[in-house]
Amino acid sequence: MDVYRPIHELTDAFRRGETTPSAVTDAYLARIEKLDARVGAYITVTAEHARAAAAASDRRYREERPLGPLDGAPIAIKDVLCTRGITTTCGSRILENFVPPYDATSVARLANAGAVMLGKANMDEFAMGSSTEHSALRVTRNPWDLTRVPGGSSGGPAAAVAGGLAAGGYGTDTGGSIRQPAAFCGVVGLKPTYGRVSRFGLVAFASSLDHVGPLGLDVTDTALLLGAVAGHDPLDATSIDAPVPDYTADLARGIRGLRLGVPDEYFIAGMDPEIEHAARTGIETLKSLGASIERVSLPATPHALATYYVIAPAEASSNLARYDGVKYGLRVPGRDLIDMESRTRAAGFGAEVRRRVMLGTYVLSAGYYDAYYGQAQKVRTLVRRDFDAAFARVDLIVAPTTPNVPFRHGEKEDPVQMYLNDVLTIPADMSGVPAVSVPCGFTATGLPIGLQFIGRTLDEATVLRAAYAYEQATDWHRRRPELA
Amino acid sequence: MISREDVEHVARLARLALTPDELETMRTQLNAILVHIDALKAVDTTGVEPTSHAVPVVNVFREDEPRPPFPVEDMLRNAPDRAGNFFRVPRIIED
Repeated sequence: MDVYRPIHELTDAFRRGETTPSAVTDAYLARIEKLDARVGAYITVTAEHARAAAAASDRRYREERPLGPLDGAPIAIKDVLCTRGITTTCGSRILENFVPPYDATSVARLANAGAVMLGKANMDEFAMGSSTEHSALRVTRNPWDLTRVPGGSSGGPAAAVAGGLAAGGYGTDTGGSIRQPAAFCGVVGLKPTYGRVSRFGLVAFASSLDHVGPLGLDVTDTALLLGAVAGHDPLDATSIDAPVPDYTADLARGIRGLRLGVPDEYFIAGMDPEIEHAARTGIETLKSLGASIERVSLPATPHALATYYVIAPAEASSNLARYDGVKYGLRVPGRDLIDMESRTRAAGFGAEVRRRVMLGTYVLSAGYYDAYYGQAQKVRTLVRRDFDAAFARVDLIVAPTTPNVPFRHGEKEDPVQMYLNDVLTIPADMSGVPAVSVPCGFTATGLPIGLQFIGRTLDEATVLRAAYAYEQATDWHRRRPELA
Repeated sequence: MISREDVEHVARLARLALTPDELETMRTQLNAILVHIDALKAVDTTGVEPTSHAVPVVNVFREDEPRPPFPVEDMLRNAPDRAGNFFRVPRIIED
């Protein structure tokens, strides 16, 4: 069977009785068995769990009462979302054997929607990274070129979807961790509005920036995957209490008359010329579909990266204080409590996590708080105001997702070089506005390129509509890597 | 520039037992990152309010109604060490 069928086609086939969730789940599990030793998308494959969920879905289709558009859809879940009774590692030694006593709200909603979880997907440790190389547990390779990284931190789910090892996936985006791997792997990745999807049961990295969102083979799937998990959750105090629309309803309405802004600041010096060319060609395509294109300025953009590298580590240093070897996770013995905690954390955290905890502790420490953290929060206001001003003139912003194409493993060992990967994705996280990355071309050597659409708060529908119009006018999303 | 003493102090605050080599690498890397971050100090933010969350949400309340808690066994299942229904840690108070 074709493992690269989008979920909306798969579930159509289930409804028509052409195939069953069990048959499709078995095909995916067989492909994982055959290929994942090389791709490395999964930390844990939950085969037994998946077969049971698929069998239950089979019965619902037989009785002609499926639970909705995701019933029987085989998906990968980033190993940062808690799964009751199933190890949730965050790609870290410190949580290597952690078995959560509850499900994340998004995981519970997916189960209620009938989705079939194939496994827990790899990630940079605690979602800190842009290549998945910071996973303490596995190496993940880009299905388009196994010598290259899949991006990160949601490299596992992105590689799973791109490699035909899952029909869809969920990741998290704090500085670009859904959109950047989606661009690197040639799939669609959406970061919703902050608070649109509950963070309950998401292992916290930077609480004011963490977003849960979907990765899909096409825009329609991405809209369906978003709809299944979006909505108010009393267990997350930052969850937005607003109705969830049918995100597929307006997809085909077209973009005639839509105003798209192209920010000069997103075509940065040093950007890969093939990316700039692909993005500009994509923008011409959007114009030919009837959208009006105008230049906009987001002048605080050059400061967004530095702002992020104050705020995110500061919040991380606080959130990760809970890993102390007392209640769960690794413990390394010590001569007293503080010694035990300090040895546990040094042994349990990898180099990047330690660096961010140190940086965050430093910028929050006495004497530095106002100069770093206080100032960064003010610059964050400037970044957000840029979007407010732009969205008074245009409906969406369109720009490349990343400045560079997928790089080789080990190529970016300098932390600052790694951080630069997220320069075009961070502003939307800091402002909380929704953004999607869609495939917009390939380099001459066959590496995927992503184009992102950024929209107004809670306006995922328009973001997805433009992405859909672009996708229907092109065929980048139909290309598949040669993995055998 | 962050000094060796600063790095040692921050490592103690962060509860990270780093070796002398690790402390030195950390000092070099933090300084390389701080060079970029320090550029923020030149941004004019006079009169600008700080943003702590992208979507402002204020005090969310619910009724304070008792509900069944998680079972004690579930909560202790991941404990590295326990004594009865308690988490056990190394001795904190001297005899």
